[in-house]
Amino acid sequence: MNPVGVVTQVNGREIARSVPARMTLVEFLRDELGLTGTKVSCELQVCGVCTVLVDRKPVSSCAFLAVDIDGREVTTIEGVASDGKLHPIQQAFIDHFALQCGFCTPGFVMMAVALLEEVPQPTPEQVVSYLEGNICRCTGYRSILEAVLDAADRLERASP
Amino acid sequence: MTAPPSTTLTDHVTGTVNGIGESTVRPDGIPKLQGSFAYASDLETEGMLWAATVRSPHPHARIVDIDPGPALAIGGVHAVLTAEDVPGRLLFGLEHPDQPVLASDVVRYWGEPVAIVAAEDPETARIAAAAVTVEYVVLDPLVDPEEADTRDEVFRRIRIRRGDQDVRGSVVVEGVYEVGMQDQAPLGTEAGLAIPDGEGGVDLYATTQYVHADHSQIVASLDLTAEMVRSHPTGIGGAFGAREDVNLHIHLCMLALYTRRPVKQVYQRSESFTGHVHRHPARLRYRHEADEDGRLVRVEADVLIDGGAYASTTSAVLGNACYFAVGPYKCDNVNVDGVGVRTNNPPCGAMRGFGAVQVCFAHEAQMDRLAAALDMDPLELRRRNALATGDALATTGQRIDTPLPTREVIDSLVAMPMPEDDDSEDPLRLPGGTGLTTERRDVRRGVGYAFGIKNLGFSEGSDDYAQARVLLSPQGAIVETAAIEVGQGLVTVVGQIARSALGIGNVEVRHIDTSRIGSAGSTSASRQTQLTGGAVLAAATALRDRVLTEFAGEYLDDDGVWRDGELVVPYAELASGGWEETTTFRHPPTEEPDENGQGTLHADFAVAGHRAIVDVDVGLGLVRVVRIDTAQDVGKALNPESVRGQIEGGILQGVGLAMMEELIVEGGVIRNPTFTDYLLPTVLDAPDVEALLIEQEGSWGPHGAKGVGEPPTISSTAAVAAAIREATGLALPRVPIRPEHVALEGGV
Amino acid sequence: MDFVVATDLEEALDALGRGALPLAGGTDLMVGVNAGQRPDNVVALRRVRELRQRNGQRIGAGVTWRVIEDEGPRALAQAARTVGSPQIRNAGTLGGNVGTASPAGDGLPFLAAVDAEIELTSREGVRTLRWDEFFTGVKETARRTDELITAVVLPAALPGRQEFAKIGVRNAMVIATVACVVTRADDGTTTVALGSVAPTPIRIPEAEELAKTLSDPGSAALDEFQHLVAAGVRPITDHRSTEEYRRHGAGVLARRLLTRCLREGAA
Repeated sequence: MNPVGVVTQVNGREIARSVPARMTLVEFLRDELGLTGTKVSCELQVCGVCTVLVDRKPVSSCAFLAVDIDGREVTTIEGVASDGKLHPIQQAFIDHFALQCGFCTPGFVMMAVALLEEVPQPTPEQVVSYLEGNICRCTGYRSILEAVLDAADRLERASP
Repeated sequence: MTAPPSTTLTDHVTGTVNGIGESTVRPDGIPKLQGSFAYASDLETEGMLWAATVRSPHPHARIVDIDPGPALAIGGVHAVLTAEDVPGRLLFGLEHPDQPVLASDVVRYWGEPVAIVAAEDPETARIAAAAVTVEYVVLDPLVDPEEADTRDEVFRRIRIRRGDQDVRGSVVVEGVYEVGMQDQAPLGTEAGLAIPDGEGGVDLYATTQYVHADHSQIVASLDLTAEMVRSHPTGIGGAFGAREDVNLHIHLCMLALYTRRPVKQVYQRSESFTGHVHRHPARLRYRHEADEDGRLVRVEADVLIDGGAYASTTSAVLGNACYFAVGPYKCDNVNVDGVGVRTNNPPCGAMRGFGAVQVCFAHEAQMDRLAAALDMDPLELRRRNALATGDALATTGQRIDTPLPTREVIDSLVAMPMPEDDDSEDPLRLPGGTGLTTERRDVRRGVGYAFGIKNLGFSEGSDDYAQARVLLSPQGAIVETAAIEVGQGLVTVVGQIARSALGIGNVEVRHIDTSRIGSAGSTSASRQTQLTGGAVLAAATALRDRVLTEFAGEYLDDDGVWRDGELVVPYAELASGGWEETTTFRHPPTEEPDENGQGTLHADFAVAGHRAIVDVDVGLGLVRVVRIDTAQDVGKALNPESVRGQIEGGILQGVGLAMMEELIVEGGVIRNPTFTDYLLPTVLDAPDVEALLIEQEGSWGPHGAKGVGEPPTISSTAAVAAAIREATGLALPRVPIRPEHVALEGGV
Repeated sequence: MDFVVATDLEEALDALGRGALPLAGGTDLMVGVNAGQRPDNVVALRRVRELRQRNGQRIGAGVTWRVIEDEGPRALAQAARTVGSPQIRNAGTLGGNVGTASPAGDGLPFLAAVDAEIELTSREGVRTLRWDEFFTGVKETARRTDELITAVVLPAALPGRQEFAKIGVRNAMVIATVACVVTRADDGTTTVALGSVAPTPIRIPEAEELAKTLSDPGSAALDEFQHLVAAGVRPITDHRSTEEYRRHGAGVLARRLLTRCLREGAA
């Protein structure tokens, strides 16, 4: 196995590493960087649990090669809150009881971040469409949809 | 040895003191939302090795030889262990030990563990596992449950005979029903970390619902004293029954003790599907007899569930299936013959609803058939037979002495407003979803009702208890428990109970290991709010009373003890006094059944009802579950939003069983052990849910609370099936209902 | 595993010439890698700009489903919407779908319906194969290992009406049990293509012939059309569905899509 050099930004931090070619992005995040907030569940990119943003677009980090983030910017769940303060999306998840076991939660939050950047005031249908690739086994989804819609309102109110 | 980063899970909760009935938010929400909450799969420590499992590729075979040589020759491989290396009892099992920790002579199901490997990294471990050479002689697998019954390959038979064998009804309906093998599919796979203590003992941090049951099985198989093994609660990514049984627990401890290194393992998804038990598939034969007025006079049921290769909880699941075979209805003459068979199919055990789900699908279909035969409104039929407090349970004859609002559940569900007709052509609101298969013109709407009942807590004479400790520390009050939080919200409700009993707002819940507290029992059977909640209430109340007595105080709060409007003992002083109270809470005792299956077998019951509204594309057999309305008997909702979360999530698992969730087992082999082919409902498959909580206090749970976790899953499946029957006129005697079951029988 | 991140076509072709496996969006290849397969030689194509270009009817193999969903021809965009999840659609490409050649490939019925060509490039040059020359069996194609799928070339004029639909056991993120595309040109020329009902995408010429004669969305001859489609497919039974249902679903789906085309025409 030949290691490949990777220079990337993860949650705003410059990272230069040499990684094995077949290492997945989620292995890189969890094992190399210790960012264990990103979880693995299906390994087939059909559950959304491992979602992270690469250049602000959501991808399944279980099926994305670490070498392929060279020159790109990665955002994980650890990079969502800032200055020790929960992001309004995170706060909305808490307030709406939009998590139980929490294993799917980082993936949903990353999708919500990407959605609200792309469509700041989504319709319920747009939220549903955007979240169709994220499985939650605990909640039944209603609370998650409400949290995302409420987060959109909170973000709008927060921005001038 | 270095301890993992989080040896004690703590959840710091603050909130209103008299918060019972308020929707306090989860204390573990913040770390879970920031990615800092440590699940079992996130734990690590220095010098850690990784484990992998060698599993049988055959459902039934004799092991001729296991050669670890090729695996041991791989660089970085530290151990390959087989059955010969199990220091103590070879067998484990939740109810009785019959399952080998590692198969020694015969493998009895596809995926059965044969050897375990520890290596420097997970990939090397997996390569090494693949390199272990196992020579098998393949044997014929027994995979037909009916044949197993005939051959008397059984874990348990139950024979219920109640009432007069000669009483017959004038209106008779019969049916045969089938339920497929559902999987719990928690999103976190099995994971654990075992750390040797350097003195011959071991600490285990692993996914579980029941640390004390793990502990006793580990101790037996390792041949160690109880003190030498400590089983620790850790972060769990869902459970739903999949984590009651031991899987990687003993393996990791063996490898850690052998290598003298910490050993970690995380199952991949396909291994998870073989690594835990599933919901029992069932075949159910029913005969209902009623008089002309629709009163049930006789119910006969044959209940056959396939336990697979090993016992797990099959005996208890069969008990539930038989005892709740009639549903929440009165009937004086009941025969039930139940059998849980042993086959070479995957082992089955606990899943949310635990036997009540399978029979509910059948008894509710029967009630609808009976209503049709009587030409009676199916809801009126159910009202006439509704089981109430003071009645006898139809199967066991147990007099029900806690509130059982079946009638209220029926009436309030019926009274809930129906949704408007939908004329939307938005594909997201149509069967087939994004596949664009269906237009509104292709759709028929159906409405179906179903009602279910289940026991709460352990039954049939189990000594069911939970221990909890409450203490006053300088940081605030602390609740200590070994009860497992799997996501359901125990940690929230226990904090609420402690705060309200103590009067102290600042409460921390600590999940501590088996050496530091007695068992809380399993996080299953909808029992923790009642049992651990009961223990916390009792401990907190006793502690407060002792403190107030000691200082002649009137009340206690975060500032300390008060009397006549004055603070007489500041909290800091109180906190240095070593105040603590440990309480063991038991629910009312239950009995074992007599030879006719009669007796007071259960401590408490809950009923729930579901109304499903479905849109069916009859031509293609595609279904969208539009909405599910539900009324549920909850005793007292200690945290209404958490209860709602249980209801909505439980309903979706019921919808999953009705529509898509099934492990396809052919010749003993699981054909779909991935999330590509074992389909879980997505957000597009999730119905709107309206929930009504029926509160009738009087149960022995804290503040009258009942367990709420399982009822949502029991009758939701049956309600969806009933709604599809109404839309199509088809019999649909099996779940999951697949497109071909609707389209090919219904025609275009 | 030897791994090359190609930044242009030259590099990609060099790597393929040395026996590398092409990795586009990772949708299919990474599934195997996670399952323990260890290809010794992989070339990642995500950076190859040439593959992401779209010129008229030529769609670069590296164009993602997300782009096609927004900008592709109607029925291909409809198909794109059903590919996996939004995450997959951000990474997965048309070229990857073509290269994997799964019977259930969501983009393939459209290519069959419009008689698309597959452009293959190697150190030796460029050749194009019609879809039915390219797809040779279940996950088998006429691509040589040194060739890269560089583009899908659609005909200059696409039919004015085109409809896609896909049956799955759940309402999103699902592998097709049956997928179908029906197209109709102004002169009545109709094509009917299906996926998941044969080793490769398949056309039903008998049904197309009959459809050409139809114009009324309420026509009684639609029964015959449906029957011809059902009779013309070659499905199997597996853990996802049955032969009988796939046959039935193919007929119903084709009929509905033709009806949609005819209704549009009538309107």
